[in-house]
Amino acid sequence: MFSAAKKLRETGVLGLNERNTNFIMRFNPRSLYPRVDDKVLTKELALAAGMPVPDLYGVIVHQAEVRGFAEIVGDKNSFVIKPAQGSGGDGILVVTGRSERKRDSFRLSNGLLISEGELQHHISNIVGGQYSLSGTRDKALIEYCVHFDPTFAEVSYQGVPDIRVVVYRGYPAMAMVRLPTRASDGKANLHQGAVGAGVDLASGITLHGVLDDVLVEEHPDTGALVAGLQIPQWDFILESSARGCEVTGLGYLGVDMVIDADLGPLILEMNARPGLNIQIANCTGLANRIARIEEIYDEAATPAERAATARREFPAGA
Amino acid sequence: MNQRYVYLLAALLTVIGLSVFFYKWQVLGFPVTEDQEAPVWTIESAVNFQSGPGSIKVQLNVPWLTPGFRTLNENSVSRGYGFSTNFGSGGREAQWAIRRADGEQTLYYRISVYEDDRVNESDTTPPFPPTPTIIEPMKTAVDVLVDDVRDHSADTASFTTELLRRMNDPSPDSNVELISAGVSTSAEFVDVITTLLASARIPSRMVHGFPLSGRQRSAELVSWLEVHDGDRWLYFNPATGEESLPDRFLVWWRGNEPLVNVEGGSNVQVDFAIQVNHLEAVAIAETQAALQGTSAVDFSLYSLPIQTQAVYSVLLMIPIGALIMVIMRNIIGIDAFGTFMPVLIALAFRETKLFWGLILFTLLVTLGLTIRFLLDKFRLLLVPRLSAVLIVVVMLMLFISMTSHRLGMEMGLSVALFPMVIIAMTIERMSVVWEERGPADAIRAGLGSLAVAVAAYTFMVMPWLEHLIFTFPELLLVILGFVMLVGRYTGYRLTEIRRFKELTRD
Repeated sequence: MFSAAKKLRETGVLGLNERNTNFIMRFNPRSLYPRVDDKVLTKELALAAGMPVPDLYGVIVHQAEVRGFAEIVGDKNSFVIKPAQGSGGDGILVVTGRSERKRDSFRLSNGLLISEGELQHHISNIVGGQYSLSGTRDKALIEYCVHFDPTFAEVSYQGVPDIRVVVYRGYPAMAMVRLPTRASDGKANLHQGAVGAGVDLASGITLHGVLDDVLVEEHPDTGALVAGLQIPQWDFILESSARGCEVTGLGYLGVDMVIDADLGPLILEMNARPGLNIQIANCTGLANRIARIEEIYDEAATPAERAATARREFPAGA
Repeated sequence: MNQRYVYLLAALLTVIGLSVFFYKWQVLGFPVTEDQEAPVWTIESAVNFQSGPGSIKVQLNVPWLTPGFRTLNENSVSRGYGFSTNFGSGGREAQWAIRRADGEQTLYYRISVYEDDRVNESDTTPPFPPTPTIIEPMKTAVDVLVDDVRDHSADTASFTTELLRRMNDPSPDSNVELISAGVSTSAEFVDVITTLLASARIPSRMVHGFPLSGRQRSAELVSWLEVHDGDRWLYFNPATGEESLPDRFLVWWRGNEPLVNVEGGSNVQVDFAIQVNHLEAVAIAETQAALQGTSAVDFSLYSLPIQTQAVYSVLLMIPIGALIMVIMRNIIGIDAFGTFMPVLIALAFRETKLFWGLILFTLLVTLGLTIRFLLDKFRLLLVPRLSAVLIVVVMLMLFISMTSHRLGMEMGLSVALFPMVIIAMTIERMSVVWEERGPADAIRAGLGSLAVAVAAYTFMVMPWLEHLIFTFPELLLVILGFVMLVGRYTGYRLTEIRRFKELTRD
């Protein structure tokens, strides 16, 4: 057991305790949390910084507004409902279309039909705070549903794959692609059974994947190889992530992005406590990279420079 | 920098906690284990006399230096008499005085003592006694005997032993016969021995006391011989010459003065009665500390009303539960619902006992979850739904209690001790996790909570631990220090070693 711990230490694996005490508590002041915990605020900040985000159709703040849901949606066929303060992808509904015969019946990303009443109930649950981190009242966002880029079509089961970049003091430190599976119910969350694939920071090409903490080579549902996919606009993705540090002020940050077929990379959300599975997906520890960033840290560097530094410093296998 | 302050503070807390603990344990004698009961002897002396016409003054020798025993308390019962204790020629004296009294009088003096090996009190080294003036022909007999004994001994102790052997000889020589003529009581005998020892310039004195054992309605004073060898007092059995003190010998007074001295009274008689009680060591330590005027006792939980004590004896186990919680969560890394839910469940287990606690808890959560899923169909708003779950939990408790009572299983009644709000929140959290992450995750976290609760329970019901924390609440500072240290623990959690096992491969 101690030898295993020693090996982890050598590999530079970051543990929860160390992440919490040394990085989150040090670099993420509590006062800045609302910037990432409230997705409405995150969206505003990102837009103000000139970063691309999915279009916001409307926000439902009060129970009384739940009935106005139909007006917000209008005649849009696809949209996403999510809690502003949700965590881990909980409470997110992805509507991909409507029933041909009954316009008030919606088709979810998993193919199920859901009535408008059920959607309203879900929204009122969100507003009531069922999915909020603190359990207090929340807001429901209704926003643009990403038409995801065909790059990951072969390795996703429904849902939208996203790219998570962990940014340490403005420098991208590690990245992975999260691929929805049947088990994750279309959600790109590793806790819920999604596959995570490490990404070579230098090239933006995916490495092998991880499912439930175990390395996998193929997507469990489609059988396609996870590794070797080139993520489009990788430069832009890295630079946007690096910019996340300025936008939020957080020193230890997870930036989640999706690639829209038409609009390119969009910032979905940011996270003040990004998980540690990314280390398994990349087969390497975060601690070593963080130590390296501390060595080369340059306060004056622009996001583009920091992204370039990360590409240079952290190629796969390093 | 920041880090160092945490270590410093944790060390400070630990040092303070431990030093108060050691002070109370070692100096004040608070017991670290639970059922330490110490026998406490109460010796009651009743001075009985016929009052004379005038004022009355009574002096009674009372214990002062008592090797092996410590005084718990003393008091006197004497209606109308002025009472005081002071030091007289023979040691400590109790004094009663009254202007006028009629008829037969009884004065009581009562002292409670308990054993304490650390009491090894002797008074100062006495001066060499003056050679007693003894008249002839006794003087020659004494000189001859003393010289003879001196020839057959090496030091004070062997001198005393040899002297006692000769004096106790069943067929004594003529000198001994002459010396011990007219000696009838053991006190008189010891008195003669002290005179002989004084002739040999050996300081000695008579001690009077009781070998304490069980209850004695009328105890006889036993006279013993104390001899100073230049360094310390040695005790000799006057009847055998053996150097020893009877087991649990309480020294009442020393010297050859009479036990009691009554002015203005006649027919004086003193009776002793001994009573033995078993008192909790804590109570003794408390009284002792109060006598010493230590403020440690002012903050003792034992000074609170009994009911409050009962509450705190349970409440003080919560930090223990929290400690276990911290270890399970941050060092081992077990998933559980809520931060302190397992601790509160463990607290409830204390009342229901583990087996029934587990059964009742599982039953309650399972039934609650089922009903929660049914409620889900009605699409209630969050707060009303939580309230509904809470009400359902209360009703389930009632139902379980009544059913088990009908079936004659009284253990089911204790279900009412579960913290219902916590259970309702657990059910709600669990159902959300169930929906979001699937039954496997929900059940795993549920079992994790139970495992933590059982671990916390195991420690929270340890009687010695409960006693330790209750008697030494300052140990909470040590726990606080430890918890703060864990708060800065940056090592891996045990479960993480498993989680990252892919990364430990070569």
